[in-house]
Amino acid sequence: MPAPQQTRIIFKHIDEPGYSNDIGCYVRHGGYEVLKKAVTRPPQELIDEVKKSGLRGRGGAGFPCGVKWGLVDRKSGKPIYLIVNADESEPGTFKDRYIIHQDPHQLIEGTMISCFANNVQQAYIYIRGEFPHGARILEKALAEARAAGFVGKNICGTNYSCDIFVHRGAGAYICGEETGLIESLEGKRANPRIKPPYFPAVLGLYQCPTIVNNVETLCHVKYIAEHGGEAFAKIGTPNNTGTRVFCVSGHVQRPGYYEFPAGTITLGQLLHEICGGPLPGRTFKAVIPGGSSAKILRFGERFKGKRKVGADLVDYDWGVEDVPMDFDSLGMIGTMGGSGGVIVMDDSVNMVEALANINAFYSHESCGQCTPCREGSLWMKKITTRMVHGQARAEDAALLKGVADQIPGRTICAFGEACSWPTQSFLAKFGDEFRQYPETKKTKAADSRALV
Amino acid sequence: MNLKAETLSRIDEVITHYPVKRSATLPLLHLIQEDVGHIPEEAITWIADKLGLEPINVYEVVTFYPMFRRKPIGRRHIKVCRTLSCALLGGYKTCATFEKEFNTHCGEVSPDGEVTVEFVECLASCGTAPVVLIDDDLHEKVDEAKAKQISDQIKAEAKARK
Repeated sequence: MPAPQQTRIIFKHIDEPGYSNDIGCYVRHGGYEVLKKAVTRPPQELIDEVKKSGLRGRGGAGFPCGVKWGLVDRKSGKPIYLIVNADESEPGTFKDRYIIHQDPHQLIEGTMISCFANNVQQAYIYIRGEFPHGARILEKALAEARAAGFVGKNICGTNYSCDIFVHRGAGAYICGEETGLIESLEGKRANPRIKPPYFPAVLGLYQCPTIVNNVETLCHVKYIAEHGGEAFAKIGTPNNTGTRVFCVSGHVQRPGYYEFPAGTITLGQLLHEICGGPLPGRTFKAVIPGGSSAKILRFGERFKGKRKVGADLVDYDWGVEDVPMDFDSLGMIGTMGGSGGVIVMDDSVNMVEALANINAFYSHESCGQCTPCREGSLWMKKITTRMVHGQARAEDAALLKGVADQIPGRTICAFGEACSWPTQSFLAKFGDEFRQYPETKKTKAADSRALV
Repeated sequence: MNLKAETLSRIDEVITHYPVKRSATLPLLHLIQEDVGHIPEEAITWIADKLGLEPINVYEVVTFYPMFRRKPIGRRHIKVCRTLSCALLGGYKTCATFEKEFNTHCGEVSPDGEVTVEFVECLASCGTAPVVLIDDDLHEKVDEAKAKQISDQIKAEAKARK
């Protein structure tokens, strides 16, 4: 079956010749018209549209945006804050980079509509430290929007006022976790907070109700405010509405970003037809479908079960290539859609070495407050690095599993899961490669590509 | 603290962005590091005074975030992405090329003081791997040949300055 056409909503103007990131260009393309209309509507109507749309958060967890907004404590009398999570750091994910650099006003408009809908008077864009130009572009765009009356006092001539400031991170992955991000914005170490009982919607920034949304999610809100929740829900598939931006990297002919209605394209169509298939003379070996913490898939494995199609339960029997790229289907086969970062590995890659690379990342990024994660991620890194650079033992596979299995569910935040899923899934799918590694090493070419 | 007038005015401005002064800790550290080149000891007490905090509150932040450094670096800062997508396309060779070209090791200042080469974690440009952030500029698809070419350019600029 041929792959569907791309539907570019969020990436409509990305890489368009002549499209620039200044407000003049944005307004010429119809920019801020949606905000102008939005501020004349009752805020609750906008929230209802987002609820109707079924929009799920694009940062990784896929939590329904309307539900998140619905949980906000509006009775406390405290100010409500909105934070744009622009701390894009999940390895394999690079969509927000292009929105911020090439179409910052789209993000600002989506943010302002969301602020108005939720009666927010102060918003922050938490942008990762490694986007210095991105931060400058956003600051310039905000100054332009402020001067034009779209941000700041009396937006579009109404009584509604809301400012947005840019806040730069400083290289810590954990700031993408929303309570870690809030701690960081408060000027502290980004140690995630214990939850439940209190979520940011009730006690967030400065112990006030706070909404944290991903960059792409807020851009979708702009589209929903323009076209309505029902129109948005018609794109994609039930429960996986709207478009998704997939970021494909690694061993494919045409890596890059591709936007499709959610669930309408399979992993095989994406990798073979859109991305041009494997590099010359190579075959696909493995793929991580939703950012590096998502569980890995091995080409050749099959997934069987029953799934809901409309009101019916139907059998499915999928190879990796057949899996529709949506939150639910990827969840059913034991991995996740996550942030949309698809990392592809071909038959030149040794899985022990690839895991050693991932483990080094998570060990570096653990915030360190929970012992199972701090020590577990460190030991998983030490073991896999030793296997590659020192002595590898056949029993290392069991040792690694023993460490990884003790982390998830025992930590304050989801980093515990994120750091153990790679090890667990690599061992489940490629266990033989780990057990055989002591032998494999003996025949390894001295100049082979290093991954750790 | 001997900070530029512009830095001081930007510091005063950024503090107004937050209802709680402590939130300005990261922005102040960024501004001081951009001005001074690193975070000297006195900056920690200076920021603490400025924001009404204890020095430990600032110190724990400096030691938590990888981008803040306690020591001076080379004139140019070469950050090579180490994470999976870049490594799959030869990021380790890219880093080794920079090390060789400047006769240095990861994390150290080169003997001529021109560069500090460093491995960093994911720079979020995985589709154009391997990527390198030099000062504020992202360089894409930096294979060994391109790393050599960039190194030559940095060396030529250094020579022209002398």
